[in-house]
Amino acid sequence: MNVPAAPVLGCRDTPVIRERGQHEVFCGLTGIIWLHRKIQDAFFLVVGSRTCAHLLQSAAGVMIFAEPRFGTAILEEKDLAGLADANAELDREVARLLARRPDIRQLFLVGSCPSEVIKLDLAKAADRLSAAHAPHVRVLNYSGSGIETTFTQGEDACLAAMVPVLPATQARELLLVGALPDVVEDQALALLADLGIGPVRCLPARRSDALPAIGPQTRYILVQPFLGDTDAALQRRGAQPIRAPFPFGEEGTTAWLAAIAAAWGVPADRFEAVTAAPRARARRAVAAVAATLKGKRITFLPDSQLEIPLARFLARECGMIPVEVATPFLHREIHGPDLDLLPAGPRLVEGQDVERQLDRLRADRPDLTVCGLGLANPLEAEGLATKWAIELVFTPVHLYDQAGDLAALFARPLRRRALLHREAAE
Amino acid sequence: MKLAVWTYEGPPHVGAMRVATGMKGLHYVLHAPQGDTYADLLFTMIERRGHRPPVTYTTFQARDLGADTANLFKDAARGAWERFRPQALIVGASCTAELIQDDPGGLAAAIGLPVPVIPLELPSYSRKENFGADETFHQIVRALARPAARTAQVSANILGPTGLGFRHRDDATEIAGLLEEMGIAVNVVAPMGASPADIARLPAAHFNVLLYPETAETAARFLERQFGQPWTRTIPYGARATRDFIAEVQALAGTTARPDEARLRLPWWSASVDSTYLTGKRVFVFGDATHAMAAARVARDEIGFEVAGLGCYNREFARPMRAAAKGYGLEALITDDYLEVEAAIAATAPELILGTQMERHIGKRLGIPCAVISAPVHVQDFPARYSPVMGFEGANVLFDTWVHPLVMGLEEHLLTMFRDDFEFHDSAGPSHYGAGQHPGRHRGADAPWPAAAAEAAAATTEAVPAAAPDPVGGTVIWLAEAERELKKIPFFVRAKARRNTERYAAERGIAAIAVETLYEAKAHYAR
Ligand code: SF4
Ligand code: SF4
Repeated sequence: MNVPAAPVLGCRDTPVIRERGQHEVFCGLTGIIWLHRKIQDAFFLVVGSRTCAHLLQSAAGVMIFAEPRFGTAILEEKDLAGLADANAELDREVARLLARRPDIRQLFLVGSCPSEVIKLDLAKAADRLSAAHAPHVRVLNYSGSGIETTFTQGEDACLAAMVPVLPATQARELLLVGALPDVVEDQALALLADLGIGPVRCLPARRSDALPAIGPQTRYILVQPFLGDTDAALQRRGAQPIRAPFPFGEEGTTAWLAAIAAAWGVPADRFEAVTAAPRARARRAVAAVAATLKGKRITFLPDSQLEIPLARFLARECGMIPVEVATPFLHREIHGPDLDLLPAGPRLVEGQDVERQLDRLRADRPDLTVCGLGLANPLEAEGLATKWAIELVFTPVHLYDQAGDLAALFARPLRRRALLHREAAE
Repeated sequence: MKLAVWTYEGPPHVGAMRVATGMKGLHYVLHAPQGDTYADLLFTMIERRGHRPPVTYTTFQARDLGADTANLFKDAARGAWERFRPQALIVGASCTAELIQDDPGGLAAAIGLPVPVIPLELPSYSRKENFGADETFHQIVRALARPAARTAQVSANILGPTGLGFRHRDDATEIAGLLEEMGIAVNVVAPMGASPADIARLPAAHFNVLLYPETAETAARFLERQFGQPWTRTIPYGARATRDFIAEVQALAGTTARPDEARLRLPWWSASVDSTYLTGKRVFVFGDATHAMAAARVARDEIGFEVAGLGCYNREFARPMRAAAKGYGLEALITDDYLEVEAAIAATAPELILGTQMERHIGKRLGIPCAVISAPVHVQDFPARYSPVMGFEGANVLFDTWVHPLVMGLEEHLLTMFRDDFEFHDSAGPSHYGAGQHPGRHRGADAPWPAAAAEAAAATTEAVPAAAPDPVGGTVIWLAEAERELKKIPFFVRAKARRNTERYAAERGIAAIAVETLYEAKAHYAR
């Protein structure tokens, strides 16, 4: 049923170039920027340095959140002198914060490079603070440090930290794993309901009173390809994974839904009835944009771990030609279904050595490069069109009704270039 | 430990990056984890630079700790030299590397590169961005400046402009023009645009012009001590200070030449009758100390505003700031906690804020217009057009940018006269904002990238209700008739009228505000 035909030769067995060198990528703290919007009664308290605070405000590119649900407890010289001191200071700051924000029900202590290096035990601190502020507030911890996590791994670490404390259940339920914008999550729930699949829970939940329970009957499916640790933590709790390509584009969404439908034994005609209209809509929307993308060469610099599923979507549904697909981590099992579908051809790279990657990029001169914010303008100045990777995690891009928007994100820089160069070309 | 939400200054190594990125032929090897590479985007996105900052980050990871972070640093330094061939290197540690104590200076010296290697000691846990810039520039000058005979023609260096500085690009051009009109050659502008070779010949100038004490005062003092170069104390900001600056330069250069003032328009623009409405408008001034103090002087003496609040976020300048504030009958606000600044602005209820991008957001929340006068700034504060804030053209720019957010003079009267007209009613807002765009009410103009419009809009609407901290407390109620009367007051003074009336009522124990109370309060606060 609706299993996309794999190309004659996919990328599953393509040898992967492993690079180790200097990186140009955000650390896991960045995830806080979308997680704090998603989990509405949570506060993210980074225990770190002025650099961490500055990263958060710069990576967002905006500071319009009046008093956002995140902040940084900045370590000062006196905190570095003695650890007992730092713990007492942390307790005091947390107490002050919670007194001011009675709406907060979950507090995440987020570790940073400095807190890891001085070995500030945030797990212990979280236990201590949980006891002190129970039952109103639950305190968890994870690390978003740059010495351990890149960019989207911050969300993975956050969700993985939640898994062990989720309540247990024997119920047969579906769990969607990964933060989606509410509007997209609602679309997913509606589609699954129409297919007769349920009950469906989400991790992360929007509020702490809607936390999912898990157990051996839980079947879960990832909505984001960067959740390797969460995946492992769920399996440790006995939950069973459903593997599928990720729900980007019409084909990806169909394959993703089909995998769930198969696990729930949904009859083929019902699947067809539910998905036919949105599939057609998605195909039309993508087709409108694909003309701009067809035959264009694209390179991904390693950034969000979304690279492989997106390359698959762009190659198969938009006719783009991936030249190099680099990703910070390639997780064979999680990325496997997408690798099967990605036609052989591109270089696959895991890890980063930024200067060498840029040398290759300059030699390849693709039509479009997906990269981080720090590199975008310099590459544009060299005549290379770019797409900011960070936009892919901030913008609703999953499922049928966002397939056209997703394609448009890649088409816009090319259309803009064409517009600005029109006169020169004439 | 101190809880911070938004910060005015980044860490000190970002200050070092501002120096390095402004310069040419210099490279910075920074011992830092991968996440610290975010700092590149400050320059490539906010300042729209078409080049990566000249920074190599070692990006050590957890698994390197205790193993070979030192070798990683050496490899990175060697690799940076081979790839970029700079005339000199600066080397240092970010906050995390400071903790692992690898001694970048010693390691870089050990690999014996054929160019000067300048080690930086920037304490990340006690100092901040401006200190980092000032200290980095100081160390570069100390290491590279060479004794030299003074140039035959009288000449000056311009010190202070850096990457990511508020209008540094155009200020340097404007002041260089002034000097040249006075027959004074510009020897070197630094750090911005200077190479290590240029730094070496700084001592050839007869004196130094210090534009930004925050980023270059220590270097200026060093050059004075070491090479006998005097430096200017006046910041040429506004018409009067620019004239004072010219007098100071004349004395240093031994000349009576004056630049042509024909293009200076601020004094007449301010004297012309349309500007009458600016009289006594209450402004709150906050930013880095240099810009805030200079702006306060222009606000009071050249535009006729009343300075109702004054302060800075950089404690290093607390002393001169306190003295300056006294001159306005004020107590200086010295803090880097934006919540404190917000509370102070709310309590002062000014008609205009002159601040940083933080105050712009505070202004949006409180419904008070704001013009930006100081870093930290955002992408829209790097205009495509020539837009200095120093010198004569700078004075013109100040007039335009400060007056723009306010309702125009004549327009103010018309709004009052026609406030019930169906087209020209007060909620239409000032015409230069466009339909429906009241200052403080428009969509987040500072959302240039991904965080995306939707995100921005959601956050703004969420934030607003809880926003305006009420300095009075919510115990006073408005009777319906008084509420209606309040609506007849033009919108741009309505918030103030409401606040004043509530304060007046609260102070007198009046529980319900009637029309009378409103007008009594008006009489009470009349100026
Ligand atoms: S890389 Fe480390 S020190 Fe830098 S911002 Fe991220 S957590 Fe903070
Ligand atoms: S958009 Fe509004 S807040 Fe931003 S600069 Fe313009 S007037 Fe000021």
